[in-house]
Amino acid sequence: MDIFYPIQLFSDWITFDIFNIEATTHLGVSVNFFIYDSLKIIFLLLIINYFMAIVRHYLPIEKLRNFLASRKWFGLDYFFASAFGTITPFCSCSSIPLFIGFIEAGIPLGVTLSFLITSPLVNQVAVVLFAGLFGWKITILYVISAMFLGIFGGFILGKLKLEKYVADYVWQIKSKKDENASIKIPFRDLIKTFWQEGWALTKKIIPYVLLGIAIGAAIHGYVPAGFFENYIKADNIFAVPISAIVAVPMYANAVGVIPIMQSLVEKGIPLGTAMAFMMAVVGLSLPEALILKRVMKIKLLVYFFGITTINIIIIGYLFNAFVK
Amino acid sequence: MQIQVLGSGCPTCKKLFELTKQAVEELGLKTEVEYITDIQKIVEMGVMSSPVLAINGKPAISGFLPDVEKIKETIKKFI
Repeated sequence: MDIFYPIQLFSDWITFDIFNIEATTHLGVSVNFFIYDSLKIIFLLLIINYFMAIVRHYLPIEKLRNFLASRKWFGLDYFFASAFGTITPFCSCSSIPLFIGFIEAGIPLGVTLSFLITSPLVNQVAVVLFAGLFGWKITILYVISAMFLGIFGGFILGKLKLEKYVADYVWQIKSKKDENASIKIPFRDLIKTFWQEGWALTKKIIPYVLLGIAIGAAIHGYVPAGFFENYIKADNIFAVPISAIVAVPMYANAVGVIPIMQSLVEKGIPLGTAMAFMMAVVGLSLPEALILKRVMKIKLLVYFFGITTINIIIIGYLFNAFVK
Repeated sequence: MQIQVLGSGCPTCKKLFELTKQAVEELGLKTEVEYITDIQKIVEMGVMSSPVLAINGKPAISGFLPDVEKIKETIKKFI
């Protein structure tokens, strides 16, 4: 049985009995969809954010960095960096200190970039939204693709020997070691801290989630099935690259984009095309470029964006070809 | 006591600065809250996620935006 069935019953009750909207109208479908999806996703977010606050406490990014810097990994480090990118929460405000922190610890540039590519694409919130809206199979494929993007992209960038295009001052910075975690917190207080952290994050993203779901719900209720097929033919060879390239300068959080993307796919946009669009919106953007410009010279930035875009396009084609 | 908020100038960091000022005021402290956007300072502290709330030069909260109560609690531990 679907564990979300009670939520469906509840949203049916609200929509059809309390609001008294006909189930067959566009409005009825949209409102019902909105209530169901918002409740389900907020519920999942609360749980996962609590859980991730615990993970973050025991595995802070500083520890992961020290692990990567601790020895030579002979290529495995690309995999680890990308995997760490999936479990760490990521805010674009952190990309500069992260970049410098990794480089300063002696982690190779390519490995650092692996982390930077995967991190915004996969986080607990994106995974919850994907799983809630697309199901687990597509979620797992998505996570694997994002990791592939990071590992492969970082590997190529690492082989290109671009170290001289890192802003010069980055190499001079020296950090103090082992200055963290100055206060020891008793376990009883920790439980409260986790809750506060998890709740703070959930609260912050709820408006974006609701906005995304609202737009998704409107598309779900009002746009006729198969509507987009008239405009974007599934076999149009240029659809994937165009979606990706158009999306590169744009920025939106994964949280807002995924519900909209789900509704578009449902109405006939091929999954790979939508996925390429979403990955380019979330992973690359003009604001991100401006932030990274402070630590990268223009040539490195161009390579970083160029190679990631090409890989996103490849992933888009693979999804269109193999995932039904 | 020295209270600093460090960030790369993003909205979350500014918000933490505002909240910290509010927390200091509500606690009736005379301390001035410092807002630092110099990335080097953040990295020198050994922290890699921003924003950072640092007390007496050491990071106390980093990587997420706490509410005022949490900030007050954290500051109180150092009084």
